[in-house]
Amino acid sequence: MGASSMSLTLQASYFIATALLVLGLKRMSSPRTARGGILWAGVGMLLASVVTIFYLPGVHATAATLGEETASWNRLALILLAIAVGAIPAWWSGRRVPITEMPQMVAIYNGLGGGAAAAIAAVELYSGRAYLGSMAFPIIAVTGALIGAVGFGGSVVAFLKLQGWMGSPRFTGNQALNAALAIIVVALTIGSIFPSSASYAHLSAMMLVSVFLIASLVLGILITMPIGGADMPVIISTYNACIGLAVGFEGFVLQNPAMIIAGTLVGAAGSLLTLLMAKAMNRSFANVWFSGFGDVAVAATAHGPARTMSSMDARDAAATMAYSEEVIVVPGYGLAVAQAQHKLWEFVQMLQKKGVNVRFAIHPVAGRMPGHMSVLLAEAGVPYDLIKDLDEINSDFATADVALVIGANDVVNPAARTDKSSPIYGMPILNADQAKQVLVIKRGSGVGFSGIQNELFFGANTRMVFGDAQDVIAKMIQSLKEL
Amino acid sequence: MTGFVALYIFLIAAIVGYEVISRVPVILHTPLMSGSNFVHGIVLVGAMLALAEAQGPLEVSVGFIGVVMATGNVVGGYVSTERMLEMFKSVKESK
Repeated sequence: MGASSMSLTLQASYFIATALLVLGLKRMSSPRTARGGILWAGVGMLLASVVTIFYLPGVHATAATLGEETASWNRLALILLAIAVGAIPAWWSGRRVPITEMPQMVAIYNGLGGGAAAAIAAVELYSGRAYLGSMAFPIIAVTGALIGAVGFGGSVVAFLKLQGWMGSPRFTGNQALNAALAIIVVALTIGSIFPSSASYAHLSAMMLVSVFLIASLVLGILITMPIGGADMPVIISTYNACIGLAVGFEGFVLQNPAMIIAGTLVGAAGSLLTLLMAKAMNRSFANVWFSGFGDVAVAATAHGPARTMSSMDARDAAATMAYSEEVIVVPGYGLAVAQAQHKLWEFVQMLQKKGVNVRFAIHPVAGRMPGHMSVLLAEAGVPYDLIKDLDEINSDFATADVALVIGANDVVNPAARTDKSSPIYGMPILNADQAKQVLVIKRGSGVGFSGIQNELFFGANTRMVFGDAQDVIAKMIQSLKEL
Repeated sequence: MTGFVALYIFLIAAIVGYEVISRVPVILHTPLMSGSNFVHGIVLVGAMLALAEAQGPLEVSVGFIGVVMATGNVVGGYVSTERMLEMFKSVKESK
């Protein structure tokens, strides 16, 4: 379908839809306008989809001109059926899934887009349409299919890992197998661009394209498998950018400007977002992808003499905070695991009523992916203007009366600043240790997620409040009521 | 659309995409990733076009799967992004 054959209505609608998608994404990048942003993008998407259905080639046109009404209307019904089949489970899962599990849902919805891009390429290649014009078409169609299929396979693995249904299996020869498969995929890619058969819709050409797609899918699965769960955000974000690009490529094959622009837009925005995330997590992009690290299975380096932690009970901790002027809360994923965000916000509101200035300091890696912790706090009702980035708040710890650390560990470990032998050395941390008093709510005295001992817990100004976050905060609320 | 016009569109869209994200606060990374995931759900348009023109059982089945997956991308992307962003309220709004 060439651009010239598109009707004016169709073209104008795609234009408006594209503008809405671009502006919607722009609005989504600021907390003040973000809620409207997704709505704008949603309207754009709806417009593009509805006009496409109205102007489907070979459905309405053929029905009118060739009188093949039944066959064409059957095709339209098939399309609507496919939409229903895809929409219902996605809507249901998107609504029901708890916010803590959002990262893996983003992964799976994203992967589906990649699969769809690969499917478009497959249809265009099977039919031979992609080979009719200039050489650019098969090259771009096949490249888009490759990226889409790898992204689909990889995203499914990312979903399974974050869902806890798959570990990080590493077997000997994994790298060699991946390399071999990558070479095979490259060969199949070239073979699909230049099919040997004179008739492109020939069976052997179709077989070649199918084998190519399956091999790409398997490659996506295999390269993602050895990467640890902690690195999944960077992986998901990379696939998001790649799949955007694949969508842009298939848009070129179909000569559809809305797909080219929206796809490329996500390709670029997603690439930058990936780099920002990797930076926030103190991991280089290449390191995440090729080191097979990420589970941070580093042995605990228990050096130095055994020291004791000082503890405090929940009532005293609550009183300490009630009589201070400035409190900075440092929440970690442990808070979300304990499902204590709501209780925490209730407690913070009580402190605010007593005139205490309370803010939340969010480390970029708090939660399952950058920004995840802020969503979890927002879910509990915490306004976004109280939620501060590391850069915004780090200098304020020195003047804060209390730093309340809940379910966070590595992100407040001073070893990242000083201990060159520490695996987290160099990672930017929240300077909770500089507060006049540090209160740490923690389940037990063991080491954290990374297996690294935390100097902060032994600090002279640190008091440990042991217990489940939910219980401790409930006790603190109770004692505030009694004050 | 000739190859070069498409190339210019690619270039400008890439620059716009980069600019849109360059000043985003960390607190929005997750919703924004979800939102940009929704935006590439525009693949649904292409998947419907591919299925409309598909001939024979193989093309029709692959085209059908394509539309199912693309719809999953669009609907899932919208619902999850909207749910996350809906919670972002300022001090004023939440009172």
